[in-house]
This record gives sequence, C-alpha cells and structure tokens, in this order.
Amino acid sequence: MATLPRKAPGKDVAALAFERVSCAFAGKTPGERYTAVSDTSLSVAPGEFVSVVGPTGCGKSTLLNVAAGLLAPSSGRALVDGAPLEGINSRAGYMFQADALMPWRNAIDNVTAGLEFRGIPRGAAAAQAREWLARVGLVGFESRYPHQLSGGMRKRVALAQMLILDPEILLMDEPFSALDVQTRQLMENELLELWSANRKSVLFITHDLEEAIALSDRVVVLSAGPATHPIGEFHIDLPRPRDVAEIRLSPRFVELHEAIWRVLKDEVLKGYAQARH
Amino acid sequence: MRRPDTDARPGRGRLALWHAAILAVLFAVWYGLTTPGIVDEAYANKIAFFFGRPLQVVKVVITWFTSGKIYPHLAITLWETLLAFAVGSALGLVIGLWLALSPTASAVAEPYITAMNAMPRVILAPIFAVWFGLGVLSKVALGVTLVFFIVFFNVYQGIKEVSPVVLANAQMLGASRRQLLRAIYLPSATSWVFSSLHTSVGMAFVGAVVGEYLGSAKGVGYLILQAEGVFDINTVIAGIVVLTIFALVLDFIVTKIEARLLVWRPRAAQTEPM
Repeated sequence: MATLPRKAPGKDVAALAFERVSCAFAGKTPGERYTAVSDTSLSVAPGEFVSVVGPTGCGKSTLLNVAAGLLAPSSGRALVDGAPLEGINSRAGYMFQADALMPWRNAIDNVTAGLEFRGIPRGAAAAQAREWLARVGLVGFESRYPHQLSGGMRKRVALAQMLILDPEILLMDEPFSALDVQTRQLMENELLELWSANRKSVLFITHDLEEAIALSDRVVVLSAGPATHPIGEFHIDLPRPRDVAEIRLSPRFVELHEAIWRVLKDEVLKGYAQARH
Repeated sequence: MRRPDTDARPGRGRLALWHAAILAVLFAVWYGLTTPGIVDEAYANKIAFFFGRPLQVVKVVITWFTSGKIYPHLAITLWETLLAFAVGSALGLVIGLWLALSPTASAVAEPYITAMNAMPRVILAPIFAVWFGLGVLSKVALGVTLVFFIVFFNVYQGIKEVSPVVLANAQMLGASRRQLLRAIYLPSATSWVFSSLHTSVGMAFVGAVVGEYLGSAKGVGYLILQAEGVFDINTVIAGIVVLTIFALVLDFIVTKIEARLLVWRPRAAQTEPM
C-alpha cells in the first residue's frame, strides 16, 4: 500500500537480515530437541534477488517463516531495514508453497483481501484488484473461485494478492514447485518482469538450482539438515533482462551451475541418506 | 453428503420410473393384504387394525387438506422446527467459535459437553413441559438441545481444521485477530454448519414432533397422539405420511439453499456450461 510511510534505507542497510538465527523445535519424545536451523546469518540488500537452495527438508521454510515474523527464532534475530523484527513483518509479502487462497472467496475478493484488512473502501480496492489481475493475465477470471482455476492461475492470483499491497520484501517459498515445467517458466518470466519494473528485495526459496540461478542476483546454498546453515554463496553475473528458458543455454549459466552443484551435491546426498533412515 | 443432481444426468427418467414402481408395489401389497376378498376377511381386518387401509389413509390426508384442518397444525410444527433450528444453530455457532478459539474455556467445558451430548435428550421433554408449558416453547427447547450439538461439533471441528497456510497468508496480508475471525474462521465454520444442515434441520423437526407427541394442544404430533388414543390407525398413518412428505420438502429446500451458498465448494469433475 502506497500510504505506508517508507524509510529510505541507506545503501549499506540490508532490507532483510538474519543475525545468527537458530531455530530448535521440540522433538517427538519429551526433552528431545530438533535443531532445524543453526547459527545462520544472511542478508538481502534493497532491490536484490536472493535465492536459497538446499536439499529437501533442510529448514529453508523455517528461515522464511522467521523472516515473515510467523516464527520467532530460538536465538538470534531478524532485522528489517536495520530494525529488529517483532511480530508479523508488515513490510513483507509472502507467497506460500501450498495453496493459500481463501477457497470461499473468488479471485477478485482474494486479491482485495489485503486492502480490505487495511480498511480501503470496496470500490477502490476492487478497481486496483482488477488492474492487478490484468497484470498477471487473468482478465475475465475475476469471479472464479480457486477450485475453478488451474494451478498456474491460482499462483497468479496469489502473486496479485501479494503484490497489490506493494510490499518492500517478497518472501517466496518454492512458489512454483507444484507447476508443470512450461507454466513454471512462464511464471518465472512474469515474476522477473514484475520485479524489474519495481525492484523489491526478494528472498526466494527453492530446491531447483536452475530456477535459482535463472532468477537471482545471488544464490545461497544451505547444508543438509539438521542444524542447517549456509555453506556457500554465489554471485550470479548473468545479464538482465533474462529469459529463464533461454538463459539456461548460455555458457556462463552452465559454468555457474557446475560450480554451485559441486557444493550442493554432497548436501543433497547427505539429505537423501538421512531421509532413507 | 448428498448432492443435487444436475439435470443432464442420463437415466434420470428411468430412475424415477423405478421409484414410482417400488411405491406402487408397496401400495398394492398393502392394499391386497388389507382388503377382504383378496385375503381372508378375518386376516384382512386384523392386518388393517395394525397397519390401516391405504385408501382410508389417503382419504384422511385429502380431507385434512381440503377441509383445511391440517394447516394450523402444520404451521405450528413448521414454526417450532424453524425456531429450534435458528436458536440451536446460533448457539452452536457462537459457543463453538468461542470454545474452539479459547483453549482454556474448551478444557473447562469439555467434560460437560461430552456428558450433555451423551445424555439421551428426549428425556428432557417432560422437564421442558414443566418449565415452558405445553405450548411452542417446550418443543423449541427440545429441538434446540438436539440441533445445538450437531452445529456445535461441526463449528468446533471447522475452526480446528482451518488450513494453517490460509491462516498464515491472511496474517501476512495484515489481518488483525478480529479480521481473522471474520474473514477466515467464520466462513470456514459456516461451511461446516451448512454441510450439517440436513442433519440439523431433521433434528429440529424431530424435536418439534416428539415434543408435540409427548404433550401439546396443537401440531401434527398432537394429531397423531389423539388418533392413537382411539386406535384410529388410519389417521396415525396419515399423520406419518404428512410428516414424511413435509420432511422431504424441508430437505429439498435445504438442498437448494446449500447449493446456492456453497458455490465455492469444489465438486468432483465439475464442467462449465458452454
């Protein structure tokens, strides 16, 4: 929402930062503790697109929930524009891996939800929502309920629902993992287009290395769980604007992929071995 | 859950034919067994004493409607049903919401809720008659005790099963606790209430009729009670027939309302009209 006062962050202040964040959960038996994330420090500069890759079940989503303020870390803290985060992160928009639309609201009422919570009059909110639905390519689908939309369309609605509030930080938790490859590449290109029009800070979680490289300015590799922490960081110096399908064929992409995969591979194998036990 | 079938369903006509045929056979057997001449007269009269005679029953029903004698009784029963349904649902919704959202209150109330639900509530009818008299109120009270628990448990379950992702998403979109209640919990709970609508309307109806039967001065249950007192089995069965038709009509209305209110519910293999 454009009405919220915005601090102009200095160049060196990260839009989002984790300071030695650890998250432990109670285990299955009393007294047992499971450390999902351990001593993780990570930052996202204003306007930067950062992807976090790691093997399945390594606590990537835990990290994102901390950034969203949905989960308080066991130790350490999250900073937003340099200020410690308390409660829900109101500067962030969150796109979930699972379907998060309200099934009893049609597309347009789902998109207006955030504006409605902020007390914006119905008419104005609906006008904005129509614009956003058009921007994500859903003209004519305003009155469809989520179950009447395809997986890709539901993701578009979720994207519009998040972006209509104009958040400074986008938190995305494997948002396209449930989509087929073609729809996925379309969505990735659309995301890049929307992002480059109005550069927001993005923390993008994925297990798909190619997706991470194609989208990001920086890729962070996490270790296999438990006690996940970053073990590698790569700057992606591919030129923008990018087409996610074409960029995969460029030599530099292949080079980066090889370099990151060398680090990621061992962790994936570790994660796989653990999952089998 | 039952679903209203779409008009295009193939074999619909044949299905109706089957329904009619079964009904016709039942009537024929009933008529045959109670008519002297088809069966030995002594047997026919005995069977008729216990089961009534179909033509007599139809005659009673027709006289009720043509003379208008039935309308005030039907109106009373309907009124009791509606009141019991409305009050029971409202109480179930409010208390279900409250207990589901407040762990302490739910922990305190839990044994009482379980006990009250386990109790055969029809047994309360004499007490309600003492408290509220023989009029409408005592029947409504009985219906409320029946409806309340159905709605209550459905709302409670509905709140507990709100998708955590949908909830987290609404929080991220900036919903306050109050707004979460309005935008997430209530719609989710009401959808569960609607899915129990058939049962709860049926229960409200049961409460009304049983209440009337146990002591009243009006209503279809009262008509049945009176006829039973003089062994007028034809009138008793006529009352049962009217109640059954009435229940079917209520069920039909509920199905229509449900289809309208739950449009957002996914249905298996739904196609779009072109």
